[in-house]
Amino acid sequence: MAKFKKKTKTSESIPTSALPDIIFMLLFFFMVTTVLREQEILVEQKIPQATQLQKLQKKTLISYIYIGKPKNTALYGSEPRVQANDALMNTTDIIQWVNRERDALPEADRGMITISMKVDKDVKMGPISDVQTELREADARRVLYASVGKVVRN
Amino acid sequence: MAKSKSRMSQEVNAGSMADIAFLLLIFFLVTTTIASDKGILNVLPPKLDPNNPPPEIDKNERNIFTILVNANDDLLVEGEYRENAEGLDEEIKAFVLNFGAPDEDAQALFNSLPASLRAQAKRDPESSDHPGEAVISIKTNRGTSYEKYLEVFDLAKKAYFDIYAERVNLDTDEYRTLTGKDEAEDALIDKGKEGIPMAISIAEPDKIGS
Repeated sequence: MAKFKKKTKTSESIPTSALPDIIFMLLFFFMVTTVLREQEILVEQKIPQATQLQKLQKKTLISYIYIGKPKNTALYGSEPRVQANDALMNTTDIIQWVNRERDALPEADRGMITISMKVDKDVKMGPISDVQTELREADARRVLYASVGKVVRN
Repeated sequence: MAKSKSRMSQEVNAGSMADIAFLLLIFFLVTTTIASDKGILNVLPPKLDPNNPPPEIDKNERNIFTILVNANDDLLVEGEYRENAEGLDEEIKAFVLNFGAPDEDAQALFNSLPASLRAQAKRDPESSDHPGEAVISIKTNRGTSYEKYLEVFDLAKKAYFDIYAERVNLDTDEYRTLTGKDEAEDALIDKGKEGIPMAISIAEPDKIGS
């Protein structure tokens, strides 16, 4: 019985005064990691899987190019298209786009521009090789094939 | 005036602070897309100069590991047909580390390798002379799916990363995450790569049969 009495003396409520602080901490974490998407992706994007993923140190050097079947097939057709920034473009415009992206970088980094190619799984090599030819032409030779990690089964 | 003021509570009610924070938290939870900047890095060859055609390359056939992928995603590895790319990384590794006919530098390189890698040298005269000469050639068709191409390219990269990692006594994943942000990491990366260039050549896709 003595034991029971001892127990009842302790307060039963959990102190919640630190709750706002914890929530705020979570909030700040998500605020910092959030990247609000400023552009709409007009092409399908099912990113393929790979195992040998690498991360780039400097994110500012990366420019994104999206390749895939347009979502709006009535308007843009069903052939794979290239999107950069917020509009679809022709393969021939890539050189111009690369030069614009490169000009936006600080002068010392211009040679290190990296193009991240976000390509849909179902695209064939034809359009991709066309894009790569244009990138070679524009002298933006560092290419990152965006992919997601694959679970390795043993 | 003074009396009525002092009667009022001096504190701001902070009880709903958690609710406000929760609301904001849920908003950011929903809108967050954690940006994934991961991928497989590839460096394209320089553009062709019409006045300055690329030099003729007279490499021995035994120094080139050819992988052909056709429009049906079938593979032809060193002239041998196969349906999937399984085990390709091990074959590439064996090919690179073959040391069939090493010259003086390559022999020195061979001696510097850890015993586990040295044991993998088959010294087959029909395979690559030494890692400095070995080239992996991947040729696709315009109709090959990007997924298959990436799978093959991924395996070729894996073979090289396996070798580099084993050389500096690291896990492959650990080696790959080295970014060279300080000198120690840089030194590790260089030590892994030294004398074994990652020679993965990607040929222009051919147009037939797409």
